[in-house]
Amino acid sequence: MSPAGCESYRHRSPFVGSGPYPEGVLVIRADLVDEIVAHARRDHPDEACGVIAGPEGSDRPERFIPMLNAARSPTFYEFDSGDLLRLYKDMDARGEVPVVIYHSHTATEAYPSRTDISYASEPEAHYVVVSTREEDSNEFRSFRIVDGVVTEEQVEVVETYMFANTGADDVPDRSA
Amino acid sequence: MATVSIPTILRTHTGGEKTVAAAGGTVAELIDDLESRHSGIKARLVTDGALHRFVNIYVDDEDVRFAGGLDAPVKDNSTVTILPAVAGGMR
Repeated sequence: MSPAGCESYRHRSPFVGSGPYPEGVLVIRADLVDEIVAHARRDHPDEACGVIAGPEGSDRPERFIPMLNAARSPTFYEFDSGDLLRLYKDMDARGEVPVVIYHSHTATEAYPSRTDISYASEPEAHYVVVSTREEDSNEFRSFRIVDGVVTEEQVEVVETYMFANTGADDVPDRSA
Repeated sequence: MATVSIPTILRTHTGGEKTVAAAGGTVAELIDDLESRHSGIKARLVTDGALHRFVNIYVDDEDVRFAGGLDAPVKDNSTVTILPAVAGGMR
């Protein structure tokens, strides 16, 4: 079902999902994947982290928000608590939620660690983990983490959300 | 009463409400009052008498970790925000 990661992240299909809220799949624009990977590469060997916000109820990642890793560590990441508050207030004001929460692993595979699982507290978010351990390839995988249970999901990279069946029909695609 | 903003993951305790009202002169008292109205929420915020390390609580935009922790003062018209920490790592 799910792609094992990096090589497939460039796979692009404009026709994915079978309904307005496809389950078990992250549909994400290619330019946002590129932003996440570029951030992870830029901060390597420290872990990079951030959010892609999208309209509440849409499950559609739209606004790329790289965050500072307050831990500045190759083995740990943490949003600064003041940054976290500003981020959530800003998303609230815009009617957004964190559709994607991403971070990098710089020496291990792109799979949630015990620490990732214990901290994960957005049951509706897609947790993206990028591994930068290989210089010439990126592992890019997405997971749901609910009540400590990790479920990997498919990643469908698209050029535009126009045909991707993301979000409710009455939510305009702001990025189009 | 202070206004308390509840994160998604704790809204199961508030019947889906994003903001609720609670009273208390300190964060600890406020949490006790929250618990009396929304059973089960205290255990998600406090462990062994200390603020859970996975949770941030802000009183009027100040992280209570830097303002006395559970003893941090809350005013009657304060805005209290609860947010889960966003953190993790390779181990």
